[in-house]
Amino acid sequence: MTNLQTKKEPGSVKDIKSARFAAMTGNNAIAEAMRQINPDVVAAYPITPQTEAVEEFADFVANGKVKTEYVAVESEHSSMSACIGASAAGARTITTTSSAGFALMWEMLPIASGLRTPIVMYVANRAFSAPLNIHCSHDDTMGGRDTGWIQLYSENAQEGYDNMIQAIRIAEDQSVRLPVMVCLDGFIISHSVERVDLLDDETVRKFIGENKPPYHLLNVAKPITIGACALQDYYTEHKRQHSEALINSKDKILQVADEFAKISGRKYGLFESYKLDDAEYGLVIINSAAGVAKMVVDDLRGKGVKAGLLKPRVYRPFPGKEIRDALKHLKAIAVMDRVDAFGAGRTPTFTEVASAMYGLEKQPLMINYVYGLGGRDIRLEDINNVYEKLMDIAKKGKVDKVFDYLTVRE
Amino acid sequence: MLKVTEIRWHARGGQGAMLGARALARAAISQGKYAQGMPEFGPERMGAPMRAYNRISDNKFSLYCAVVNPDVVVVLDPSLISTIDVSEGLNKGGAIIINTPKSVDEIRKQLKLANGSKVYTIDATGISVAALGRPMPNTPMLGAIVKVTDVIKLEGLLDDIKHSFGEKFSGKVVEGNLNSIKQGYEKLNG
Repeated sequence: MTNLQTKKEPGSVKDIKSARFAAMTGNNAIAEAMRQINPDVVAAYPITPQTEAVEEFADFVANGKVKTEYVAVESEHSSMSACIGASAAGARTITTTSSAGFALMWEMLPIASGLRTPIVMYVANRAFSAPLNIHCSHDDTMGGRDTGWIQLYSENAQEGYDNMIQAIRIAEDQSVRLPVMVCLDGFIISHSVERVDLLDDETVRKFIGENKPPYHLLNVAKPITIGACALQDYYTEHKRQHSEALINSKDKILQVADEFAKISGRKYGLFESYKLDDAEYGLVIINSAAGVAKMVVDDLRGKGVKAGLLKPRVYRPFPGKEIRDALKHLKAIAVMDRVDAFGAGRTPTFTEVASAMYGLEKQPLMINYVYGLGGRDIRLEDINNVYEKLMDIAKKGKVDKVFDYLTVRE
Repeated sequence: MLKVTEIRWHARGGQGAMLGARALARAAISQGKYAQGMPEFGPERMGAPMRAYNRISDNKFSLYCAVVNPDVVVVLDPSLISTIDVSEGLNKGGAIIINTPKSVDEIRKQLKLANGSKVYTIDATGISVAALGRPMPNTPMLGAIVKVTDVIKLEGLLDDIKHSFGEKFSGKVVEGNLNSIKQGYEKLNG
């Protein structure tokens, strides 16, 4: 496979120590956040489909910029296993992956969350083969949405950087103790240079604070069992507790976002509402394509069309009630996903949003699109066509076809 | 009204279009602009036609998609002119900068452009071979782009390259690249 992410180039993150902003790829921004977090352990498998974030972080380790124990393992299955061990021992632990690497660590993902190990993982969203493709799709993390992790999605490098720092606080909070994945679009964001506003090292360190695990394997004064057996007798109770912890993490995620706004001036919520309050037509769309769509919303607003957009940030726990309240006044909604759910005839986010709208007396009309698979470009005119479709549906008062593919050869 | 200058690079794999686009974005950002620099993300093969993109603006924007209506088209490999339509989607009044020792008139005939488009030529490969001893047309082209677009300052670009290349390369290579950029700026035809 062509190794696209190991190209080195001069001047990425080393020259930004005192600057308030820098030119960075998404991967640079994540690596910079990791340097500032200075975790105890990073375990990663450093070849395709890895991201250059971990390669860059390995440089920081080698050059003594961080005190991290870097474990170069032989597969992603091993990287997640090593992270679980490290986190269970009380270490602040981070890893990164993508696509097939994510798939290979799958067995360990529910173990990380079930053991309540607060690992933070950066995922550059990339497609699953076959056919062979390494470009942007949300196949990896959408497939892993029910592995019991918190999921934060990011539109651009800035949001990736900001989410990474907040993820540490969320994961390690005593009321949460769950692993968090921070997702952004592979290549479109991970490999593109843009401006990122940075916090200084001291501010980040103060914000994340010290990792204080309430119990861990290395505390001999208070020995515990991790990874015990729970069969028909207690398994259900464990699973229910896990699920409720995930649902309850919502409040902490919002509290951390409020505190982050104070140090950064950048405000995050469970999702971003863009010109939605008085909107008639709305999109629900995650990651970079939401950025493209916002430019279309601006254009349509200029023409007097009441367009708006909702960009989920926190996907697990899914803020169904809040999303329903934000969308219920719309005439028509298009839910768009960069992933197909084979055989379902609906995509994951449509299923989530439709389920959240269930029971409303007056439901907006809803349609569902798959777009941009395997890195296919999504353009302003493509999004504009979706809004036109919504206007048409609202005028007719009915939906002919709920599910379709955007920009596909027939 | 949001004003974004959009640039599309045409090159062959290995000619440094991706590095060029990223370097331009970095320079623009260090001058306080908002900018993007990204390759097209196809399979990377030496010699295969590829594209890269830049966007530069005074204001924030969130266009995470390919440039389809460029204000400036940059062609690092003149042999591409006969195989692909490099002027596709070029904005009215836009410009094409081509790496070639040929004259502007000769190239204009070859391109069959719509009226209003400006054509510039620069012998970027020649400059690079003289300055660096090998064909790296991307840095002279950066100088040419700065001259044509006038959205970033040459001094700032030189400072940025000096700083970022200085961490990786020898003084001779850095000097050669800085010299290439300056010559690209000065020797632009059109």
